[in-house]
Amino acid sequence: MPHLKVESDIKNIGMEGNMSLSLKVWRQSDKDAAGGFEDYKLAHVSPDMSFLEMFDVLNEQLIEEGKEPVSFDHDCREGICGACSMYINGRPHGPLRGVTTCQLHMRSFKDGDTIVVEPWRASAFPVIKDLVVDRDAFDRVISAGGFVSVNTGNAQDANSLPIAKESADDAFAAAACIGCGACVAACKNASAMLFVSAKISQLALLPQGQAERSIRAEKMVAQMDAEGFGACTNTGACSAECPKEISLENIARLNREYIGAKFSSSAV
Amino acid sequence: MSWFSQTLTSSIGKKLLMALTGLFLISFLVVHATINAMIFYNDGGETFSHWGHFMGTNPIIRTLEIGLVAGFILHIADGLILWKNNREARPVRYAVNNASANSTWYSRSMGLLGTLLLIFLVIHTAHFWIPNRSNQFATGEELNLYQMMLDIFQNPVIVLIYVLGCISLFWHLLHGFKSAFQSLGLNHVKYNGAISFVGTAFSIIVPILFALMPISIYLGWVN
Ligand code: HEM
Ligand code: SF4
Ligand code: FES
Repeated sequence: MPHLKVESDIKNIGMEGNMSLSLKVWRQSDKDAAGGFEDYKLAHVSPDMSFLEMFDVLNEQLIEEGKEPVSFDHDCREGICGACSMYINGRPHGPLRGVTTCQLHMRSFKDGDTIVVEPWRASAFPVIKDLVVDRDAFDRVISAGGFVSVNTGNAQDANSLPIAKESADDAFAAAACIGCGACVAACKNASAMLFVSAKISQLALLPQGQAERSIRAEKMVAQMDAEGFGACTNTGACSAECPKEISLENIARLNREYIGAKFSSSAV
Repeated sequence: MSWFSQTLTSSIGKKLLMALTGLFLISFLVVHATINAMIFYNDGGETFSHWGHFMGTNPIIRTLEIGLVAGFILHIADGLILWKNNREARPVRYAVNNASANSTWYSRSMGLLGTLLLIFLVIHTAHFWIPNRSNQFATGEELNLYQMMLDIFQNPVIVLIYVLGCISLFWHLLHGFKSAFQSLGLNHVKYNGAISFVGTAFSIIVPILFALMPISIYLGWVN
C-alpha cells in the first residue's frame, strides 16, 4: 500500500529538527574542583546534526542564558585528530562502532532520550575542565621512543626498501590510531596497551623501525607504567570501542616485542 | 633494579607471570582431574587409591608439588597486586557504564572469580590435602582419601560448595585459557581457532568432571 509509505515518510520529515533531548553533562570548573552532573533540556535537535554540533547548540543556549558553556575537546570534526573525547551513555564515542564522537550523528538517538556525557576516567588522564581531560601522558609515552631517529639526509627512494605487502598492510592499520584515548577510557583497568601497541607495531613492522626496535619497546612500556595506566586483562573492550578498530593482534605483538627486548637486549 | 626484576614488576611482566603460572595450574588440573576420575571405575576406590598413593609418595611428584604450591602463591599474589593496581588506575568510576557492549562479564571479573577460587581452595585443601600431608608428616602413614571423600560428600552443603567452586573455575578458565596465550604474545591466525576451541572445551569438560565427583558420591552412584 504505497500511500502508507508516503504517510510514514511525511511523519519522518515532520520529526526533522524536532528531537527533544534530556542531557546529563559532567561539569567541573577546574582540575581540583569537585564536579557533578548538570541536567539540560534541548528542543529542536536535528537528527542530521553531529553530536558535537548538538553540543554547540547547547552551548549557545547556555551563553544566551548567561551561563558558562560546556568545555569539550574537538578539532578536525572529521574523525582524524582524536581530540573529541566524550563518554556517552556508558561508552567512549557513543553507541556506534568504529566512529568518533564528531562523526556520531543524532539519528543514532531517539526523540525523548536522556543522554549522559562524562569525561574519560583514568588517573593518567586527569580532568582539566568539564569534559576536557589532560592526555599529555600519551605524548610522554611517544617521546620515550615512539619515533625513528633519522637526523640527516633525504628520504631514500621508496623502491630501494622492499617491504612485504602483509607488513605494509599491518603497519598501515596500526598507524591509523589517532591517539584519542578511547581504549583507556573503555578498559576497566584504564590500560593504554592498545594505543602503545599500535605505536610500537607501526614501527616494529617496517625496516625503518628496526634500529631502535628493542630500546623503543623497553622505554615506551616503562613510560606507560610510570604514567599510571593499568595492565591488560585481555577483555578486548579497547579494540571494540576504538574508532579506528585497532586489532588486539597489536597487543600480542607488543607483548612479544617487550618480553623479547627485555630478555635479549644489551640494556642491563 | 636489575633488568630481571624490572621486567617482572612491569605491567607486561606481571601478566607474563600470570600467564605462565596460570598455564602451569592448568597442567596441574589435567593430572588432578584424571587421577580423581578413577573413582568413576566404582571399584571401591582401588584404582584411585593406587594412583593417589603414587602421587602422595613418589619423590619426583613430591618435589613438583613444592613447585605447585609456589605456582599457586605466585598466581594469587600477582593476581591480587594486578587487581589493586588496575583499580588505582581508575580512581573515579563512571556514573553510567555500558561495559557489556564491549566485553564479557567474566573477562572483567577475573579478580572476583579468582577470589572465589581462593576461598574454595582453602576449604578444599582443609578437607583433604592438609590433613593427609600432616598425617604423613606426623606418622608417615597416608589417610584413606577415598573413604574421606565418601564421608565428606554426604553433606549437601559441602557438595553445593564444591559445585559452586567448579562453576567459578569454568568462568575463570573460559577467559583465562585464551587470555594466557595472548599475554604470551601467541596470537596467530593459524592457531587462534585451535586455542579457542581447546580453551572452551577444557573449561567445560574439566569443571564438569570435577563437579560430578561430589555429586556422584552424594547420590550414591559411586560408593
Ligand atoms: C586452579 C586454579 C587456577 C587456574 C587454573 C587459573 C588460571 C588462570 C589463567 C590461565 C589466567 C590467565 C592469565 C592471563 O590472562 O595471562 C588467570 C588469570 C587470573 N587469575 Fe587465575 N587461575 C587459578 C586460580 C586463581 C586464584 C586462586 C586466584 C586468586 C586471586 C586467581 C586470580 C587470577 C586473576 C586476578 C587473573 C587475571 C589477571 C589479569 O589479567 O588482570 N586465579 N588465571
Ligand atoms: S588505539 Fe584506538 S582507541 Fe586507542 S588511542 Fe588509538 S585510535 Fe584511540
Ligand atoms: S574532532 Fe577530530 S576526531 Fe573528532
